[in-house]
Amino acid sequence: MATVYIPTMLLPLTGGVKQTRVEASSVRQIINGLEEQFPGIRERLMEDNQVRSNLAVSIDGEIARMGLLERVGENSEVHFVPAISGG
Amino acid sequence: MTSNIVLSEVEYNVVGKRHIRPDGVDKVTGRAQYGADVQLTGLLQGRVLRSPHAHARVISIDTSAAEAHPGVFAVVTAADLPFASLTRDDLGGDYQRLKFASNHVMASDKVLFKGHPVAAVAAESQHVAEEAINLIKVDYEVIPPSMTVRQAMEPDASLLHDDLFTSELGQLSDKPSNVASHMAFEAGDIDEGIKQADVVLEREFETASVHQGYIEPHNSTAFWNTDGQLNIWTSTQGPFVVRTNVADILRHPVSRVKVTPMEIGGGFGGKITAYLEPIAALLSKKSARPVKLLMSRTEVFEASGPAPGTWMKVKLGATSEGKITAADIFLAFEAGAYPGSPVMQGAACALACYDVPNARINGYDVVVNKPKTAAYRAPGSPQAAFAVESVIDEICEQLGVDPVEFRLRNASREGVRRVEGPVFRRIGLVECLEAARNHDHYKMPLNGPNQGRGIAAGFWFNRGFQSAVNISVNPDGTVNLIEGSVDIGGSRASIAQQAAETLGIAYEDVKPTVVDTDSIGYTMVTGGSRTTFATGWAAIEAAEDVKMQMVERAAKIWDTPVEDVEYADGALSHKSDPELRMTFRELARQLLGTGGGITGASNVDPTGEGNGFGVHLVDVEVDPDTGKVTILRYTAVQDAGKAIHPSYVEGQMQGGVVQGIGWALNEEYFFNDQGQMMNSSFLDYRMPTALDLPMIDTVIVEVANPGHPYGVRGVGEVPIVPPLPAIGCAISHAIGNRINRLPANPGAVLEAMG
Repeated sequence: MATVYIPTMLLPLTGGVKQTRVEASSVRQIINGLEEQFPGIRERLMEDNQVRSNLAVSIDGEIARMGLLERVGENSEVHFVPAISGG
Repeated sequence: MTSNIVLSEVEYNVVGKRHIRPDGVDKVTGRAQYGADVQLTGLLQGRVLRSPHAHARVISIDTSAAEAHPGVFAVVTAADLPFASLTRDDLGGDYQRLKFASNHVMASDKVLFKGHPVAAVAAESQHVAEEAINLIKVDYEVIPPSMTVRQAMEPDASLLHDDLFTSELGQLSDKPSNVASHMAFEAGDIDEGIKQADVVLEREFETASVHQGYIEPHNSTAFWNTDGQLNIWTSTQGPFVVRTNVADILRHPVSRVKVTPMEIGGGFGGKITAYLEPIAALLSKKSARPVKLLMSRTEVFEASGPAPGTWMKVKLGATSEGKITAADIFLAFEAGAYPGSPVMQGAACALACYDVPNARINGYDVVVNKPKTAAYRAPGSPQAAFAVESVIDEICEQLGVDPVEFRLRNASREGVRRVEGPVFRRIGLVECLEAARNHDHYKMPLNGPNQGRGIAAGFWFNRGFQSAVNISVNPDGTVNLIEGSVDIGGSRASIAQQAAETLGIAYEDVKPTVVDTDSIGYTMVTGGSRTTFATGWAAIEAAEDVKMQMVERAAKIWDTPVEDVEYADGALSHKSDPELRMTFRELARQLLGTGGGITGASNVDPTGEGNGFGVHLVDVEVDPDTGKVTILRYTAVQDAGKAIHPSYVEGQMQGGVVQGIGWALNEEYFFNDQGQMMNSSFLDYRMPTALDLPMIDTVIVEVANPGHPYGVRGVGEVPIVPPLPAIGCAISHAIGNRINRLPANPGAVLEAMG
């Protein structure tokens, strides 16, 4: 199962739980799994059926390029981090 | 004594060498074509009417006199933008985004900064256009402006947008606010970390709005043909981004918008937004003629994005042994007129240089009545570094610990978890700190009164994103390389070098060309320290595609299975028959008669971008009578992973330092009480010149990025991060009082001296 770190802003939704385990093979399944554990979290992570535009998903230290379709490994570490571009 | 040092571990044939840049001759002889050089049959000249107020309601706009003026071909206002005829029902959840994007291009109901466009004219000459915009009558109802984050965050602040609510990851505030968003990161237990500290410092900082200061003003020429084809020639870091923005704002098919990037006279993040292109396109559509728009320098300052002014608070705790135990950081960044400051980038960069077990960072994106901020090299990181590194410097002073040693004890390295969560892979901060400590500059004592030395570290993520490259093989063995990355800092050369190295041919045999958006696959901006990494990846993959096809062709010619042919060092050979061997050039000569030409193509979106770190040393001298600061010596150390072209890496490092020196010492948007910028020219907006600066010493450290075939890390952004704190700390040491506000101009330094 993947280890998912909960963004600080969403800790009120998880009762302070900072990380959880989710059975998933894609980012979409990660978010659906989180929603099952912490109802309401999906709409805070997503807009217009995509990950929020100001968020990026980090899987094992790499920024996911495929959004919800990105594959997640069995023992992956998943973070929701700020989307960064540059100048 | 100045020097440029490269601490190289791996040598290649082409990569890592200082080759001649392909665009050099055109640029030094004045033949390179920039946006202002575009000439088309029937070309009209445009001018934009801009708001004289920082905050006002637009009651009415009367363009009739301008339209009737002889020589005027078209007048446009926000009413001509598609958004004017769209409703919330039409756009749904996209309504506010498009409203902001459209109103940024041209104001409709409100103007939100001095210089905000309200109308535009296309005429037979600049003079006629200028006369015509003066005939447009705009009736304003002036509103008090909110000019700083402190003002804008007050409960009774003048609101810029009635429909902007504070978003906390999608949860909106009950009332409209100038705070567009709030985000936080937390790790460990901040209270426990503070308890563990022997020394705790809490300081407050401010930095001013500064401009990217590119020497070439914004420009755009558009021709909207009657068949719906829209062609745009412009100065941009991102032709594909301009294409997307124009198509979005004008509701026009992407396939019918072609953007041709002209040579670019600097961007630094400020030439990504489409300011003029939609206006030029509308004027062209209305006049059925091509239209050129050029910004004056005043327009560039007043209406194109500066980097944000900031208000920051840092509380930091450390043990007497020099280990950081806790950090609590507050960042509030000016977004300008519309949401989107780089405060989250600043928050994510603030503590990236250090292994901090207990940390909390709160960031606020705040709209104010200034031009919408734009990216500027490592957006958000220089300001955050100024605050954090300054407090670290003060802690080192209090503890009596060497500042390099303190940083080495706390430095981020492979395996360290960042505050926002992910773990660092192989990075080179420790190697940079060691190189700084070993440098002659650090060992040399200061040699006079009123002098001070500053040291600071800096971080930028570096990015990947999409790039495309095509490589075609010519019969003489040379190749043409087509790319979509605008060349700002020598990327034609660095991309060509990676292709040549991969193909095993000479650098001079690769001819790189930057093309328009119809002629290559999607390529993200030249920015984010991504181009040499990501477009380099695309060049390597395109070259690998060429190699594979060359192997197939050799197998065909030799009538042998592909598996029997190998490609190495620019030659093809049969694995078991030494008689069968051809150089790249010899095979290229046979291509047209054996199946046709070969083109390798690639579209990539690579992961594996290696994070970038730098460490800077600076010596300053302060004139005790005037407060003027002189930079005596400056050394920049940076991990480039692998410097594909060392001269251009050094150029990036030196350029970043110079811009950082300006940011630290002099540059500042200065506004009057009405929110009008009072120094919108290079005479009054003081940027450093060659006369203000010593030669900048550089040390390129090469800790190979395992995520790139040649170990590349982006280099364009890191070097602007450390100068702000390094210079602030150097001045602090010279005068004996802390510098907590930038710019540290002579008046500010005298004030700090008491």
